[in-house]
Amino acid sequence: MADPQGVLIVVERSDTGMAPITAELAGAGAQLAKALGQDLSAAVCSDSASSPGLVQAVGRLGVKRVFVAEHAALAGFQIEAHLAALEQVIKQANPRVVLLGKTVQGRDLGPRLAFRLGCGLAQDCVEIGWDQGRNTLQAVRPVYGGASQARVLVVTSPAFAALRPKAFEPVPETAGATAEVVKVAVSLDSIGPVAKLVNRTKQEAAGVRLEDARTVVSGGRGLGGPEPFKVLHELATALGGAVGASRAACDAGWVPYPYQIGLTGKSIGADLYIAIGISGASQHLAGISGVKNIVAINKDGEANIFKEARYGVVGDWSKVVPAFLQAVKEMASR
Amino acid sequence: MPVNIIVTAKQVIDPETPASALKVDAQGKRMETPPNVPPVINGFDENAVEAALRLKDAQGGKVTVISVGKSFVLDVIKKPLSMGCDELILIQDDNAPTFDAYATAQVLAAAIKKVGQWDLVLCGRQASDFDQAQVPLGLAELLKVPCVTIAQKVEVKNGQVTVQRVAPDGAEVMEAPLPALVTISNELGQPRYPTLRGIMAASRKQPTQWKLADLGLNASELAPRVEVAQVFIPAKQKVVEMIGGDNDEEKGWNLARKLREAKLI
Ligand SMILES: Cc1cc2nc3c(=O)[nH]c(=O)nc-3n(C[C@H](O)[C@H](O)[C@H](O)COP(=O)(O)OP(=O)(O)OC[C@H]3O[C@@H](n4cnc5c(N)ncnc54)[C@H](O)[C@@H]3O)c2cc1C
Ligand SMILES: Nc1ncnc2c1ncn2[C@@H]1O[C@H](COP(=O)(O)O)[C@@H](O)[C@H]1O
Repeated sequence: MADPQGVLIVVERSDTGMAPITAELAGAGAQLAKALGQDLSAAVCSDSASSPGLVQAVGRLGVKRVFVAEHAALAGFQIEAHLAALEQVIKQANPRVVLLGKTVQGRDLGPRLAFRLGCGLAQDCVEIGWDQGRNTLQAVRPVYGGASQARVLVVTSPAFAALRPKAFEPVPETAGATAEVVKVAVSLDSIGPVAKLVNRTKQEAAGVRLEDARTVVSGGRGLGGPEPFKVLHELATALGGAVGASRAACDAGWVPYPYQIGLTGKSIGADLYIAIGISGASQHLAGISGVKNIVAINKDGEANIFKEARYGVVGDWSKVVPAFLQAVKEMASR
Repeated sequence: MPVNIIVTAKQVIDPETPASALKVDAQGKRMETPPNVPPVINGFDENAVEAALRLKDAQGGKVTVISVGKSFVLDVIKKPLSMGCDELILIQDDNAPTFDAYATAQVLAAAIKKVGQWDLVLCGRQASDFDQAQVPLGLAELLKVPCVTIAQKVEVKNGQVTVQRVAPDGAEVMEAPLPALVTISNELGQPRYPTLRGIMAASRKQPTQWKLADLGLNASELAPRVEVAQVFIPAKQKVVEMIGGDNDEEKGWNLARKLREAKLI
């Protein structure tokens, strides 16, 4: 078999088409391919109804070649079917590097795919590059809850990396750009026992989605109970934003888990984040690395959150926040 | 139906250690805490122990905990026994993998095969040292069993496991035939505290100790697929502007004025 060549990105689907992470993968993948002096290609696994649209969409991202696996069982995201298909695509495409997103789908898919092929994967990367000396993929990833970072080398071929969403510049689409299409005939007959989805329940707050909000008002253990979140909701409404929380506030049952921001909660990219009674543990900060302006309101002037903040108020939230809310309301009415 | 459960648990540095006390070790390969700060069992692994014990309480069975590491603090790693688990297997070996997920999964898979009888493997969703969330997925691949991640509730009935898993905007219910592997998250709820009786019972129990050789594994098979080149603390250059005032109310007003000036509200 020929030497493995090039960078392959795994296209992720959303309910409406191609998930935004795909353009980020293409951006990071193109730079890596350039460093290697090799091509960027993409893998599309889908049913025949959706695959033409996906192939076109990924073509506009400037990839050279698209490997397409079409099968009725690939219509939704059944992980075992996608694993089996991708395993066969990768064997045919023979890439040197495979990139996926560390998204809800990718965080399970990536490691399993790598392991199945006997390879290593760098999980949740915020930078990738080529280590010329070792002639292999290198990546930087946050570790210890974000308290530090590790530079790691993936020493297998192919080398896998799962990229943290929003950590890489997406490539802009080029209208009219198309990729060469290579169909891969996949067999999905030998899939073993699988876990089946039997039910799905939604539990999200009304109003602006946390991930999309430009302003987020967030509360932590320092609030002392569920009651104060009413004031936070009022403030968020006045600012046209959403309410979030630290894990400590969710664990205490003051607000439901979909409010949680951080390493194991949501990642947000707001312009303004107001952290109230939150100490600023690294695992919490991991979720707000994309925020432009952090405001911290905390009674402890030594709290770690002040090291990350743009503006800080040392004081008791129960005095500071109602006055702040009052001022915001008056400014709005003027 | 009684369930035979394996729980995987890793000893890690305490993630509650304040940032000021954490530093990179002399080799630049990991973080370390001052010697007087004891390690802990990875928090999500305690959640996995709790999930296992709830199943055992409800329908009987056996809970075996397995941990892989170069060295252990016995008082720490024996905690699952004092919480009510039946057996603890320590794979303590100088060549045991620390951060390579593939190698760790291989060791755990070999240990689980040596244990033989089991219906369900419960792991933590991720280890709080390297935050990889990879070992359980690799383990499921090596054991060739279905895998459901980030569970907040686990039930076993009629040879099936039903898992309520955390989704970004709610929950998903998944069903898989046994044997299967499930990773557990903190949404499951607080792990129980060891009872005095549990602590007494645990003090009489000795962990089973295995070496890599007992599992038929040698160091070269466990060569890392992902090497750690360097661990470092990234530089920060943010400067905070403190908002003053004669009292807290005034600070609240001043903050609003400041944010308005900066066109942030
Ligand atoms: C593997 C792992 C994953 C994790 N994932 C996450 C995650 O995704 N998100 C997350 O948030 N955490 C996460 N954590 C937990 C994290 O380590 C912290 O424990 C948590 O963020 C602390 O929440 P907190 O800041 O609300 O509480 P605390 O740390 O207890 O801080 C409370 C703050 O409130 C202040 N305060 C008290 N009273 C007042 C008052 N009257 N007025 C003003 N201020 C006051 C105090 O000074 C203090 O700074 C994770 C931990 C681990 C180990
Ligand atoms: N050395 C180890 N010994 C036992 N279990 C482990 C070990 N490493 C990882 N695990 C298990 O795998 C989970 C995820 O770990 P990781 O993939 O390292 O984030 C942990 O929560 C543990 O349940």
